[in-house]
Amino acid sequence: MPDRPGQPTVTVTEATPRQATGPQATPPRTTVPVRSAQRRRPPQPRPLSILRAGDVLSLFGAAAAALAGTSLLWFEISPFTGALGYVVVAWFLFVFFYAVLVSFDENRPTMWDRVSAVIVQSLGVVLLGSLAYVVGYTFWRGRTALDHLNFYTKDLRSTLPNDPLTSGGVLHALVGTLIEVGIAMAVAVPFGILAAVFMNEVPGRFARFVRTVVEAMTALPDVLAGLFIYATFILIFTHRPSGFAAALALAVTALPIVCRAADVVLRLVPGGLTEASYALGSGQWRTVRFVMLPTVRSGLATAVILGAARAIGETAPVLLTSGENPFLNYNPFNGPMESLPLLAFEQTRAPEASEIARGFGTAVLLLVLVLVLFAIARAIGGRGPGQLSARQQRRRVAASRRDYIRFERRAVAAGSSNPRGDELTLGYSGGDIK
Amino acid sequence: MHSEGPSGADENVSLEGLGFTSEEVSGSPPGARRLRAGGQGNPPHGRPGPRPRNLRSKLSVSDQAFRSILRGGGIVVLVLEILVGSFLAYRAAQALRKAGWSFLTTQQWNPDGGGFGIAAIMIGTILIALVAVAIAVPLSLGAALYISEYAPRGIKRFLTSMVDLMAAVPSVVFGMWGAFLLQYKIVPLEEWISNWFSWIPIFQVQGEQRNTAIPLQTLFTSSTFIAGVVVSLMITPIACSIMREAFSQAPIGEREGAYALGATRWGMIRSVVLPFGRGAMIGGTMLGLGRALGETIAVVSIISPVFAIQPHILQKGTSSISSTIALLYAEATPFGVSALMAAGLGLFALTLVVNFLAAQIVARSRSGAVSDA
Repeated sequence: MPDRPGQPTVTVTEATPRQATGPQATPPRTTVPVRSAQRRRPPQPRPLSILRAGDVLSLFGAAAAALAGTSLLWFEISPFTGALGYVVVAWFLFVFFYAVLVSFDENRPTMWDRVSAVIVQSLGVVLLGSLAYVVGYTFWRGRTALDHLNFYTKDLRSTLPNDPLTSGGVLHALVGTLIEVGIAMAVAVPFGILAAVFMNEVPGRFARFVRTVVEAMTALPDVLAGLFIYATFILIFTHRPSGFAAALALAVTALPIVCRAADVVLRLVPGGLTEASYALGSGQWRTVRFVMLPTVRSGLATAVILGAARAIGETAPVLLTSGENPFLNYNPFNGPMESLPLLAFEQTRAPEASEIARGFGTAVLLLVLVLVLFAIARAIGGRGPGQLSARQQRRRVAASRRDYIRFERRAVAAGSSNPRGDELTLGYSGGDIK
Repeated sequence: MHSEGPSGADENVSLEGLGFTSEEVSGSPPGARRLRAGGQGNPPHGRPGPRPRNLRSKLSVSDQAFRSILRGGGIVVLVLEILVGSFLAYRAAQALRKAGWSFLTTQQWNPDGGGFGIAAIMIGTILIALVAVAIAVPLSLGAALYISEYAPRGIKRFLTSMVDLMAAVPSVVFGMWGAFLLQYKIVPLEEWISNWFSWIPIFQVQGEQRNTAIPLQTLFTSSTFIAGVVVSLMITPIACSIMREAFSQAPIGEREGAYALGATRWGMIRSVVLPFGRGAMIGGTMLGLGRALGETIAVVSIISPVFAIQPHILQKGTSSISSTIALLYAEATPFGVSALMAAGLGLFALTLVVNFLAAQIVARSRSGAVSDA
């Protein structure tokens, strides 16, 4: 019918309502136009940039002029040294020449558009380039230490400052970092998430006060957390640095961060989900346990892992509390304990070349640890609350099918005419309404 | 059931005729004479009218236990945080009582003999942070605009992760990079700035002897400027991610409106994106400033400490509060520790004010109303 021209696509042939006749009647001759798959895709923005030969030529021309001008300035007119200054001056000259070249052909708004595009894009490149520069330089300087197997399997107990890289390693620092961060997160994560759930679930003046204090404490400089543990735990109780003191200092730094991140994530739970849970009769505990926390699981995990990545890299609190120790130490309560950032800091302040190389190697290890944590956080995070991965979706569907089969069986066993009506007491745990 | 009645009264009569008592009928039809819902008026039987139901629910035992656990968690966190703050304040008070107001004006740091004060180290801290912010603002603004407006669609997510990753790079790595590489690369640039702009007071370098190569190197290293450049790379990703978040939420309708009125891309950015993200721009910058004020290890790696006000940012030697704490805690007497805590408390007060203002600005801005930065 829709292919016949002139005919309306929706044709109702009979006046009587179709509902009354039941499903076995002839199908209605109403045609709903089928939408093609293309129309269902979200509209894509049109490409607004057009590349013309003149634009490319003016870019190259400006670059050539900038290089020539900077060289003239640098080598003939006022002699300076240094590659960095050369690049900076060349960049400014390039922007200037490009603006002049574009203004020959175009009007003023177009010129500003082109120039700002060049500036913005080069700033983006500068930021990403500096990240690559920092990371790449660390890997480059650390490569000599990373070659040796003993770097990963030994500690520094019998290594003198001027010994070559073939003796000693950083195993003790790696172990120390993992123990300290593990303890710190074991303290910070449960309390942080508990306090965040408290702020969201028991609202009131007290919860608001807790939230304000936690937000204020995120501003605490990390060195002060170290100084606090140093002045309390070490100077009053133990009188000597230990791995546990460092873990406490890291926990003091990490607690407000984890708590605040968890608070932000929990606030994203769709209200409809929790309301549906309450409407089905479940109490607060069951709603939090079976609706809220599973919904934000990926977000919470991301927050925790990013908190751990930050805690691993914290040097200042550890510097004040853990002490230096070239021996492998598994006991956080007994004696000082080395950690990766601290070792990197100490070794690169030492005068010997082999120590500096070892320090950079340690920093590479630290960076790799942070990178791995970051990759894990990206892999499990990045989805909004309630959005499931394909695997989680399959698992959810399977669980739902199991429940359905269970209900059906029960209904058959009870011989009830109403298959599911009186079975829906799952998860009911209170909240009776008077 | 009772749809045909022309009026409420007729309907009532007709239903009573069908065997309903007036009491049972009066609750349901909309046109009935006596409505029960309000409960006002005296019902004829003398029974009290029904009241609105009490909707308060009684918590079950498990929920009561859950609530008390939650409240306990909140109290533990609160007590811990207040303990940290009040202990710092208590110990700092010892030093402050002895130093008095001279704590704010004294430049030297010698708690066990002579005087001590935060005049020099506070100004050093602020100068380092200002240099860092001055570099970080254009860098983060440009990078945020690049990621949200210019970058090809396919690599946006990658670029965003890269910026987040940069925020996670440990400060000791930045410190090592600054001390071993940047320090020597940037000295010629510092030299160039001081040659041409020394008429601006902060760019002056004292004791400079021109045309002697070796003393120049040592004059310019370990300066406020180098520390500020390194710290700027650490705060740029923080500011950048807040700005990008806000820019990417600029409403598509307004963007297209600007294009429809003939704006170029830059015109659209200036008239739609930047005004929309203004709060996030200010707030992100101030969050970065708060972080820059408290930065420790990267600053320790670069500066050589001087306890005198050093307004010349290109010249060797400066100091900051956090680096002073990190360098001096080990040799400090108990009174020296409380003096360090007093300095730390001053820093904490500063970062607290900056962070609080930043949060307020972000939350009040148009973009902050939808995002949670």
